[in-house]
Amino acid sequence: MINYSEVSETNAMIEKENLDVRTITMGISLLDCIDSNLETLNRNIYNKIYESAKDLVRTGEEISKEFGIPIVNKRISVTPIALIGGSACRTSDDFVTIAKTLDRVAKDVGVNFLGGYSALVSKGMTKADELLIRSIPDALAQTDIVCSSVNLGSTKTGIDMDAVRLMGTIIQETAQKTKDLPLNGCTKLVVFCNAPDDNPFMAGAFHGVTEGDRVLNVGVSGPGVVKTALESVRGQNFEAVCETVKKTAFKVTRVGQLVAKEASRRLGVPFGIVDLSLAPTPAIGDSVADILCEMGLEKAGAPGTTAALALLNDQVKKGGLMASSYVGGLSGAFIPVSEDAGMIDAAACGALTIEKLEAMTCVCSVGLDMIAIPGDTKETTIAGIIADEMALGMVNAKTTACRLIPCPGKKAGDFAEFGGLLGHAPVMPVNPYSCDTFVNRGGRIPAPVHSFKN
Amino acid sequence: MQQKAIITVVGKDHVGIIARVCNFLAGKKINILDISQTIVSGYFNMMMVVDVTLMEEKFSDVADELSAFGKDEIGVQIKMQREEIFDSMHRI
Repeated sequence: MINYSEVSETNAMIEKENLDVRTITMGISLLDCIDSNLETLNRNIYNKIYESAKDLVRTGEEISKEFGIPIVNKRISVTPIALIGGSACRTSDDFVTIAKTLDRVAKDVGVNFLGGYSALVSKGMTKADELLIRSIPDALAQTDIVCSSVNLGSTKTGIDMDAVRLMGTIIQETAQKTKDLPLNGCTKLVVFCNAPDDNPFMAGAFHGVTEGDRVLNVGVSGPGVVKTALESVRGQNFEAVCETVKKTAFKVTRVGQLVAKEASRRLGVPFGIVDLSLAPTPAIGDSVADILCEMGLEKAGAPGTTAALALLNDQVKKGGLMASSYVGGLSGAFIPVSEDAGMIDAAACGALTIEKLEAMTCVCSVGLDMIAIPGDTKETTIAGIIADEMALGMVNAKTTACRLIPCPGKKAGDFAEFGGLLGHAPVMPVNPYSCDTFVNRGGRIPAPVHSFKN
Repeated sequence: MQQKAIITVVGKDHVGIIARVCNFLAGKKINILDISQTIVSGYFNMMMVVDVTLMEEKFSDVADELSAFGKDEIGVQIKMQREEIFDSMHRI
């Protein structure tokens, strides 16, 4: 039988160390909504999502109360809209009507975010893909909780540099179009290399075409729990550090697995995966950077940071894999700058630069995430940063991403405020030298050789 | 199948905490299976394992009610959680 110390350990994790289930995300296929008439398509989409997800929020809240574990977000991901809208949408504005439908239904069922306003263009863009991408600035300016993502490359196909260049423009345009709104639209826009089909986290969640009709994916959290556990092995060697992270990740993931199975049973929707990511929040004591500091770094970004993060990421996976029957999504440590108090500190004092973050993304899940850059950063420079990050993902056969946020009117050293879970961030300086001629070449970067690994 | 929950009570010690919690549980047809209780420097700590199979109301409502009862009537913090969260975290 469970004893008192086990009960108090679990409850201390929840109450003092910010253990929570970060998100329950319902993936919904919209393939059966396709119609060549835009109005019918929009109606089909609304009905399918509403019928599928109307009980999601209530069920999430019930589970949260019964187990005493906070479930912070309830979200929806849908089939990439470029595939769904292709036959009905003749213009970018047509796509924007779909974004508005998604926004409306997401608000009606009460979820926090809906992801999947997406295009998968790792090798080339169809007409529909391009229309959708060009509609992103308006779509994000005219909706509140729709998230958009574009997959620009993969290890198998290479990188679509035309799309990379286009995204440089789109990201700048999105920042400009949303500059007078409470939230910068770029916080809801991410580009990927090797995007997973079952990621429950925003802004990059979409419901891949290889998935079933509906599926429930769960993302766990718990940087505070790992940090607290590591406090007990101060001064000990790496073996002790690794074992501690692994055991903690196991416990955290078991909670995610339990919540996923329970939600799946109650909603009658198949359980997909648990995403093992350590997802921080701006709250004090919920920071991945603090874990790195607990390992012995003065600030995140100091020499040794990449090694510490590699260790952390690997041990989280090793502990989590056994705790869940299906693991997927992004699974690893997240390092979003604005959403992590320790990262914000490190960036503000100059310990952490975009270049160091780029190195860190080689060893952890996702990539250059929630990074505020000066509002006057050139489109081509943004495209260049994206191309670098895509190349890392392509060559290393891993998921990488960029969520860069140009802040109009702000320069390096200023602070940008996004609010809530999205936090705030110092505007980071960007390398001032030009890559115009490179990114304007157009075409594709071919897939890398898969042998001769050096 | 028997459905179990864990109730934890934490707060400043005074007369009648267990009695009032037990009365509340009896009123909800919740059967107590095990109680362990200690006082650490004037603070009352109790863990109960209970059977909620016969409980008629919704689990989440009773958990809310119990927590409010603890706070307003007794001045202690009470949580009621399904046992599975502890089982899954601490047992393979």
